[in-house]
Amino acid sequence: MSILKRGVSRRRVLRTGMAGILATGVSPMIISKGAWAQDFCNNPDVTGKVVFGLNLPLSGTYAEEGADQQKAYQLAIEHINGEGDGGLLNVFQPSALTGNGILGKKVEFVTSDSQTLSDVARAGATRMIERDGAIMISGGSSSGEAIAVQSLCQELGVIFMAGLTHSNDTTGKDKRRYGFRHFFNAYQSGIGIAPVLAQAYGTDRRAYHLTADYTWGWTQEESIRDATEALGWETAETVLTPLGAGDFSQFLTPVLNSGADVLILNHYGNDMVNSLTQAVQFGMRDRQANGKNFEIVVPLFSELMAKGAGDSIQGIFGTSNWHWNLQDEGSQAFTRSFGAAYGSPPSQAAHTAYVQALLYADAVERAGTFYPPAVIEALEDFEFDGMGNGPTLYRGSDHQCMKSVLVVRGNDNPSSEFDVLEVVQEISREDSSYDPAIFGGELGSAEPVPQCA
Amino acid sequence: MTKFISRKDLTLFISFTAIVLALPFLAAPFGAAYPDLLQRFMIFGIFAIGFNILFGLTGYLSFGHAAFFGVGSYAAMWSFKLLSTNAIPALIFAVIVAGIFALVIGFVSLRRSGIYFSILTLAFAQMSYNLAYSVLTPITNGETGLRMALSDPRVLDRMFFEVPAGTPVPSLFGATLSGWNGFFFSAVFLIATFFLAMRITNSPFGMMLKGIKSNQNRMNYTGFNTRPYTLTAFVISGMLAGLAGALLVVTDPLAGAERMRWTASGEVVLMTILGGVGTLVGPVIGAWVIKYFENIFSSFNNNILYNFWSFLPEGMQSTVVYISSKFVGEGWHLTLGLVFMLIVIFLPGGIMEGARRIGALLERISGRTRSRSELKPTAAE
Amino acid sequence: MFEVIFLQFLNGLDKGSAYALIALGLTLVFGTLGVVNFAHGALFMLGAFCAVLFRRILTLETVTIDPEKLSPWGQPLEIREPLVQAWFGEFGAVLVNYSVPISLLLAIPIMLVIGISMERGLIKHFYKRPHAEQILVTFGLAIVLQELIKAGFGPNPIPQPMPENLRGAADIGSWLGMQANVITYPWWRLVYFLFSAAVIGAVFCFLQFTTFGMVVRAGMADRETVGVLGIDIDRRFTIMFGIAAVVAGMAGVMYTPLLPPNYHIGMDFLVLSFVVVVVGGMGSLPGAVAAGFMLGILQSFASMTQVKAIFPGIDQIIIYLVAVVILLVRPRGLLGRRGVMEA
Repeated sequence: MSILKRGVSRRRVLRTGMAGILATGVSPMIISKGAWAQDFCNNPDVTGKVVFGLNLPLSGTYAEEGADQQKAYQLAIEHINGEGDGGLLNVFQPSALTGNGILGKKVEFVTSDSQTLSDVARAGATRMIERDGAIMISGGSSSGEAIAVQSLCQELGVIFMAGLTHSNDTTGKDKRRYGFRHFFNAYQSGIGIAPVLAQAYGTDRRAYHLTADYTWGWTQEESIRDATEALGWETAETVLTPLGAGDFSQFLTPVLNSGADVLILNHYGNDMVNSLTQAVQFGMRDRQANGKNFEIVVPLFSELMAKGAGDSIQGIFGTSNWHWNLQDEGSQAFTRSFGAAYGSPPSQAAHTAYVQALLYADAVERAGTFYPPAVIEALEDFEFDGMGNGPTLYRGSDHQCMKSVLVVRGNDNPSSEFDVLEVVQEISREDSSYDPAIFGGELGSAEPVPQCA
Repeated sequence: MTKFISRKDLTLFISFTAIVLALPFLAAPFGAAYPDLLQRFMIFGIFAIGFNILFGLTGYLSFGHAAFFGVGSYAAMWSFKLLSTNAIPALIFAVIVAGIFALVIGFVSLRRSGIYFSILTLAFAQMSYNLAYSVLTPITNGETGLRMALSDPRVLDRMFFEVPAGTPVPSLFGATLSGWNGFFFSAVFLIATFFLAMRITNSPFGMMLKGIKSNQNRMNYTGFNTRPYTLTAFVISGMLAGLAGALLVVTDPLAGAERMRWTASGEVVLMTILGGVGTLVGPVIGAWVIKYFENIFSSFNNNILYNFWSFLPEGMQSTVVYISSKFVGEGWHLTLGLVFMLIVIFLPGGIMEGARRIGALLERISGRTRSRSELKPTAAE
Repeated sequence: MFEVIFLQFLNGLDKGSAYALIALGLTLVFGTLGVVNFAHGALFMLGAFCAVLFRRILTLETVTIDPEKLSPWGQPLEIREPLVQAWFGEFGAVLVNYSVPISLLLAIPIMLVIGISMERGLIKHFYKRPHAEQILVTFGLAIVLQELIKAGFGPNPIPQPMPENLRGAADIGSWLGMQANVITYPWWRLVYFLFSAAVIGAVFCFLQFTTFGMVVRAGMADRETVGVLGIDIDRRFTIMFGIAAVVAGMAGVMYTPLLPPNYHIGMDFLVLSFVVVVVGGMGSLPGAVAAGFMLGILQSFASMTQVKAIFPGIDQIIIYLVAVVILLVRPRGLLGRRGVMEA
């Protein structure tokens, strides 16, 4: 009985300490704010605020990409609220954005570090929805995270605007009505990179895959394998490596005498930086195999990774969703405002994050309401231009953006520390389109579920 | 009733129940009154109580308890997928599977004691984690985590009624279990676990375990074979971990391998020590404190800090914000590490010992004289 | 087939040298002070960050802004000039190139100070307390240390380039009179192996052939008697803690070119090295070294495709599996003493 007494008094002590924090906006959603008061989860007309929930890995294997995306989201929110130079608001067509928040309400944001782990990402998203009143969740740097959070958002009836996620499953097998992806996918990487590889390395090659052991790695390996085998390449071996393995030496040595003459690294983030630099240390780029030069291919990479890998990246082929060096008006405008704000050019992850935030805001404006089914309808089959990827379609059947894709190569003579990639070829939207039916999956219902507490 | 349970225990139990059920109101001033966090309070409370039954009573420090937690999660998820979206069969199935798993691991690990026991449990847990992450992907869905799907068989459901359209979610005879329902559902189990722990502590079995903790050799010399007792404690504790893992899946239907990692095992050790090893309430408090840190401290960003320190003059404000930002947000682990070190150095009995000392101090100040026996906590030691 | 096995053997030696170095330090502390130091991984990490810090200092740059030219994103172009080259010219370039091995010179004194102050400031107070509490307080310390590094250096790995001329791979096959380019192995990994062999050898020689080492060994065997002889054994043990910290730190420094260090690199190694120590036998120095190399080699062989085809996933669990088997067959590890840490 004495325990109870002390328990209470301890709480009281803490409560006075917390009073200050309380007054500052961490104000809790108290229990009375139930599902009855609003017709959908975190209706801004009821909560009085528009909150974006940014769910990004600020630590873990993809931390660097997460940090860059966070910068981009903050920039997008500034621009939506009419601060800064307006960025892509000026070139995005057709746009309903006014630079006065969304439907007259200023946008706020909350963040959560997902640690590049699906479990944590889901807990963070739940917190931002339940406690902080997020009307939209955005983010994810790993497809595992993105898929886990996307299915949560479907259950809670909150729109999820995926950030960096490249797995075919995100808008394929695991697609959801409430989830939208602007970034391209592994299948499109395969379509894009295969002809370039055939041209550079010939059609008689044996490839060895090292693959990150999760949804993105699996689908990328499959897509690249299909695309290269269609060229006439053989696949010598495919080996799965755990995410965040660090030292890849025991996976790399078997490559040396496997009879393969191309190493395909289905790795991203720090994994790719480590596996690529270690492969180069093993002398793979100086080797001959089957009478040809041994080559390394990294089907998906970004400027952040290229920077991390240093000289190792020179001459290596890969694909990208976007690159800051593109000369169209949209890309230039975004690069300028991002560079002015942060002193470095944006990465492809930052670009997709920024565009997603704008597209959501615009869809709400066009729908005239935050009601998710209406916003979903506004986004589905929306055709727009000026965001840096040319004319783009948000395909209604799988919520995947259809746009052009870039094939890039590590720059041999970088003029600055940011000038690490060069665009080899732009694959047009027609060429990179595919039939959504090949991946199956079901979007599910748009009706909001009465579950949001 | 008084025969069945002592009056002191009854008071403790009723107070505990009242506090748990009132949490949605009590936690509101702390910004913690939202279902997801309170569910975690309940779930990790169960996990920590279960861990304490092993560590607090027998002194065996397991560094692999997260394995049972994870196995419980996967088992519950498979029950949702194969049998029914009803939570009851899922919980039963999870507890059974975790129990069997604990029996096997416990049987092997308990052949050694001290740090060797810790390393054995750690090794088993890491093996489970690594396998769940790699070759067991067909069962665990690897990094992405196991989820429910429209196409799951759910034989029991389909046998008895028309399966509703839409993504399946865990339920209790039709009522969904996310949000506040999930909280109250888990709260019932926390209270039940607390009751169980209380009964075990005061039972002859509990006495035996404490005897093992204080001197296993002497117990052996008196002719007792201690291993069945420690094994029973290990299995009970593993089953409770499985229950907690299953509840986590019930309230948030995703089972990921990450919750089996050694850091997760370490976390439950931290919870128990922080709250007070061997006490009944301590592990629960420790679990709540850590989950509170993890969810609330980690979400403080610079804006919040600027507001918080807004009463300071301009220049000082940014310095203070800079310094304090290292302790919250992404840096919340730093605060946790410091608090934890301070507790181990100055309060080896954890928060409960601190509460006891403060209580004793207050009594002395207020001058009220009480018999010392009443000041003793309802502890295992 | 021979090449594959041979290469995996080299990988094993390479991994094993890291495990052995960390386990050696851990055992030095346990054998002398009887403390289970969970912060030992953090010492490895601190060493790695000595290398990072040294390179940061070496690559300090002056930044001048050229208002005439603009960067592609429309900001004034920054021109960076490395200070070291400006001051020392050619020699500066050599310094930068060899920054990792040279930073050993910085790491040794820093780690010695860190180790000794850790022992005097914290660990000393825990000699009389239960092992569980030692584990917990050093675990807390490890968290604090790694979070401090995270606050200072950020959460991302920081690549440390290896010296230019050690970047490629050595053609070991041709040394052995085989065809060129069949067995190649990165130079730096060979350097790392030789380095750790040298450090391990030095530690053993130090304990074996110096008076100081002799006293320490005597103290490890029977602390009380040595104390009775009027020798200040505590001071020597404190120094041994410092030496253990230096060994961990040096292992960390030399590892940075292989794996860009981040704040939790120590934790990643900690669990494995504990398994190594226990497998080798708590308190046995040769045991720790032998177990380190053994587990490293086993791990490499387990990840061969041929082996994985028979036992899927074996590479993920081999270390723990071996640990379980050894602990069940030989309760005190390979070379452990009786009655250590069993309470």
